[in-house]
Amino acid sequence: MLNMREKVNILEHELVPKHEIIPPEEALKILKELRIEPWQLPWISIDDPVVKAIGAKPGDIVRIIRKSPTAGISIAYRYVVVEVTKRT
Amino acid sequence: MIALEEQELKSVEDILEKIKPYVTAQIYIELSKKLREAVKKCNLKTEDVEKIAWEVVKRYHSAFIEPGEAVGTVTAQSLGEPSTQMTLRVFHYAGVREYNVTLGLPRLIEIVDAKKKPETPIMEIYLVDEIKQDLEKVKEVARRIECVYVENVTQELSIDYSSGVVVLKLDPEMLSDKDVTVEDVVDVLSKLEIGSIEVSSENPHEILINISEEYLDPFKMEKLKNMILQAYIKGIKGIKKTIIQRRGDEYVIVAEGSNLEEVMHVPGVDWRRVYTNDIHEIRRVLGIEAARAAIIKEIKNTLDDQGLDVDLRHIMLLADMMTWTGHIRQVGRMGIAGEKPSVLAKATFETTVQKLVESAVTGEEDSLAGVTENIIIGQLPPVGTGIVKVYMKLPLLESSEKGEE
Repeated sequence: MLNMREKVNILEHELVPKHEIIPPEEALKILKELRIEPWQLPWISIDDPVVKAIGAKPGDIVRIIRKSPTAGISIAYRYVVVEVTKRT
Repeated sequence: MIALEEQELKSVEDILEKIKPYVTAQIYIELSKKLREAVKKCNLKTEDVEKIAWEVVKRYHSAFIEPGEAVGTVTAQSLGEPSTQMTLRVFHYAGVREYNVTLGLPRLIEIVDAKKKPETPIMEIYLVDEIKQDLEKVKEVARRIECVYVENVTQELSIDYSSGVVVLKLDPEMLSDKDVTVEDVVDVLSKLEIGSIEVSSENPHEILINISEEYLDPFKMEKLKNMILQAYIKGIKGIKKTIIQRRGDEYVIVAEGSNLEEVMHVPGVDWRRVYTNDIHEIRRVLGIEAARAAIIKEIKNTLDDQGLDVDLRHIMLLADMMTWTGHIRQVGRMGIAGEKPSVLAKATFETTVQKLVESAVTGEEDSLAGVTENIIIGQLPPVGTGIVKVYMKLPLLESSEKGEE
């Protein structure tokens, strides 16, 4: 009985907003619109459990659709990066 | 009459089409729904509808932050000032609840300092719909989660040094409370391989352990005692205590201690709603975005507890900064403040001399682009109207010169 393990999909957890990988063409369009380089976006680490779950690769841009109490729905982007220095 | 209404609705459609580029999709959807209702209910004229629609656009745009607004500074002040009013060093609800929670300023400091482990980790474990109203089944899940060591069910442990017999007296009340049988304890103890084990014939709750010779060293007795008491029987490691609370129409398990990953896998637990106050653990198991949400939730709860009202946007900005690199950074000299590109800005925070020496040794430059640096040297900081610079489009200049010729 103790070995019984529930199947868990972290993407469905209450705290995890929707993440989706943006195709490169669209990513370029967004970067142009925001007038920034990809590294200027917030980052998301390649060893982040959500990144692993959706199968994003370093260099991808991930769109995050958050439920925001002030704006209803807010869209954010994160740039998938590889750990170089381990801080925190 | 009906035809007239249809016409009105069509003109609403036209107006909405006009304002569409100025607002977000969500506002557009909500506005069109509400306007249509209002037209039907209040017999609005087309001009009024148009006025309302443009007023919405105006209000929406006036809610934007102005370019050059020093949002970071305002956030720091908006969070800093209320925190001076918090009750200092209050650690728990005295007598109100059965468990301790870090509250107020200590908890706020814990969050912004990104402490590896919270002082009082607490989990909120919600249960699946089928059992969440059934107290007996909830208790069963709670028992499965709570970590039990031999220590927790022991009343007394005595060692007879001359004969090398350890007498372990179990507490029958605790045994039934934790749903552990004497056989379970015997099983666990036999796995330690410290000697032969038998249940006393006089008392069914007494276990006798004949220690084998290799452990009979008097100097190792203390170690042996700990080994017996710390032997793990069942449950999830890290969960020290569980309490069942009633919230609305369901029972919730509140657990002292935290182990998100394992608890999520327990059958009967609604893993979609499991929550812990350990933000690093959330980052590890659910990712950086969940950690961001948790930081916001935790800070908001801490402030609300003290009756302080801080605009959520400030907290969101703080959480955004803390999670910017994909890891949780503390707000301090090892984190956000310490990673600023400017030497002077870093020196303003803590350890001034050290930072200045470090920068001098590595030959750092300061481009004076930020707010702090410019205030130190008494220059106009790039904030508000100070951020504006005059640019000239060169092709325009050329063409005007040509025109003169």
